Amino acid sequence: MTPPALELRGLSVAYREAVVLRRASWTAPVHGLAAIVGPNGAGKSTMLKAALGLVPLLAGEARFFGQPLAAVRRRVGYLPQRASVDWDFPATALQVAAMGRYPRAGWFRPLPRAEREHARAALAEVGLADLADRQIGQLSGGQQQRVFLARALALEAELYLMDEPFAGVDAATERAIVEVLRRLARQGRTVVAVHHDLATVAEYFNHVCLLNGEVVAAGPVATTFTPEHLARAYGGRLPLLDRQVLQPRPVLQAAVPA
Amino acid sequence: MTLFLQLDLAALLAAVMACLACGLLGNLLLLTRQSLLGDAVSHAVLPGLVLGFAVTGTRATLPMVLGAMLAAVAAALLISLVRRLARLEPGAAMGVVFSGFFALGLVLMELTGARAVDLDVDCVLYGQLEALIWPAATGPSSLLDPAALAQLPAETRILAAVLALVLAGLALLWKELRLAAFDPDFAASIGFAPRGLSLVVLVLVSVACVAAFWAVGSILVIAALVAPPAIARLLTDDYRHQFLFSAVAAVVMGGGGYGAAVGVPALLGLGFGLNAAGMMAVVATLLLALAWVAGRRLRRAPPAVAALSAPRIVAAAR
Repeated sequence: MTPPALELRGLSVAYREAVVLRRASWTAPVHGLAAIVGPNGAGKSTMLKAALGLVPLLAGEARFFGQPLAAVRRRVGYLPQRASVDWDFPATALQVAAMGRYPRAGWFRPLPRAEREHARAALAEVGLADLADRQIGQLSGGQQQRVFLARALALEAELYLMDEPFAGVDAATERAIVEVLRRLARQGRTVVAVHHDLATVAEYFNHVCLLNGEVVAAGPVATTFTPEHLARAYGGRLPLLDRQVLQPRPVLQAAVPA
Repeated sequence: MTLFLQLDLAALLAAVMACLACGLLGNLLLLTRQSLLGDAVSHAVLPGLVLGFAVTGTRATLPMVLGAMLAAVAAALLISLVRRLARLEPGAAMGVVFSGFFALGLVLMELTGARAVDLDVDCVLYGQLEALIWPAATGPSSLLDPAALAQLPAETRILAAVLALVLAGLALLWKELRLAAFDPDFAASIGFAPRGLSLVVLVLVSVACVAAFWAVGSILVIAALVAPPAIARLLTDDYRHQFLFSAVAAVVMGGGGYGAAVGVPALLGLGFGLNAAGMMAVVATLLLALAWVAGRRLRRAPPAVAALSAPRIVAAAR
C-alpha cells in the first residue's frame, strides 16, 4: 500500500506563550484536492508551515510519502501566502518562476537555460507567457498569485501545500487557478490548500480539514462539510451562512464566462 | 606620475574598493530592509579594537583589524540569535546588540588602559585615508612589481582581499542570495537554507565593514553600505542592474570623493585640505539627488498591465 502524501501526527505549535495548534493529526487523501478551512487564527497557515518545518514544533511530526521531509523534498511543493513577500523586490515574473527549478539546478551555479525554459512553460500554464519579463511589482494581485502558482508548478512536485492560493484574486483568475489545480489532481497529484471562501469549498475540493486550533473534523467534503462540523469549527459564528454554503451554487458558475 | 603613485594611488584604491565591497553587499541589506546593519557593525567593533590592542600592546593594523572583524562577526551572529530567540524585529535586535557591544568596548577601554594611549577619535570617525601612501613606488613599472606591490599599505591590501572575497561570494551564491532575500520561506521549503545564507551575508558585511572602516572611518562605512544601493534602486527594477548600477555609483563615489578632496582645495586655492571620507558622502548625496531626478524620468508608469492581460486569463482557463 502506498503511504499517504501527507500525514500529520499530533502537531503542536506555539508562538511565544500562545498555543496556536494543538495536537493536529490529519492524513491528506492520496490524490485530489483538499481544503484546510477554519476561522481567522485557527492555525491554518501555521499547520502548513509546521509540516514544512518553517516554524518550530512543540510536539508531533509530519511524514511525507511515509518519510521525513528531508528525504522527499523534491516531491513536495510549497506556495506561500502572496502577502508574505515584498513585491517591490527587483525581479521579473520569469526570475521568480525559475526559483521553482533551483532544486534541479543545485547550488553554486547559474540556472541552466533548459531549466529557465521549464519555468517559462510553467508561466504559460498559468496564462502569463506574455508577462514573463515583466517586473513583479508591475503585476496585478491576481497575476502575482499566478506567478507564485507557476513557481510551484515548476517544482513538478507530487504534493502541493498552498497557502491561500485564491486570496485577493478576481473571479477570472480564480477560475484559471482552479483549472490548474484540477489538472494537477487529474495527473494524480495531491493539493492541500488553505481556503477562506466557504461558498466554494464543495465546488473546488473533494476533501476538507476543518480547523480551529485543533482538527475539528476531516474527511470527504460530502460527509465532513456539514453544518454541525462548521458550527464547531467556527464556534457558532456562522449562524445563517453555514446552511447556505452547503447548497450548490449555480449562480457563481454562471457568472463566469465559459 | 610617480608622485601620484606614491601619494594618491593607495588611498584612491582603498576608497574605491571600500565603496565597492560595501556598496555591493549593501544591495542585499537594502532589499531585505536591513540597511542599518552597517551602523550596528561599526559600533560593535569597538570591543574588538580594544582587545586587539590590549593583547598585542601595539596599534599595529593587523591585530586590531582581526579583533574588529571577530567582534563584528560575533555581533552579527548575536543579532540573528536575538532575533530568533526574542522574536524581535531586526531593527530592535540590532539596536540592543550594537549599543551593548559599544558599551562593552568603553568598559574594556578603561580596564585595559587603552584610553591612556588614545585611540584616535578622528581616525575612528573619518578614517585615515590620507595616511595611506606608497613610498615604494618608483614609476608605472612598480604596478607590476610584486616586491613594490607588497609595500602597499596594509589597509589597501586587506581591502583588495576583502573585495575579492565579496565578489567571489556574490558570484558563487548569486541565485541563492536572491532567493533567500526575496522569499526565505520558499527557500527553506526547497532546502536552500535561508538562515545559513543570511548568515553568510552578515559575516561578509561585517568583514567588509571592518576593512572599509579602517580606511575610511565609521561614518563613511554607513554611507558606502547604503548610498550605492539606494542610488541604484531609484534607477532600476532589475536585479542585475541593481548590482551593476550600485557598483558604478560606488566607484564614482569613492573615486570622485577622493578626487574632490584632493582637487577642490587646490582648484580654489584654499589653504586647507578637505576630508576625503566626507567628500565621498557628499558625492554620494549628489548622486542620489541626480538618481532621483533621472529615476522619475526613466520609470514612467508602464501601460495598463491589467487591461491587456485580462482576456488571456480566461483563454488560459479554458
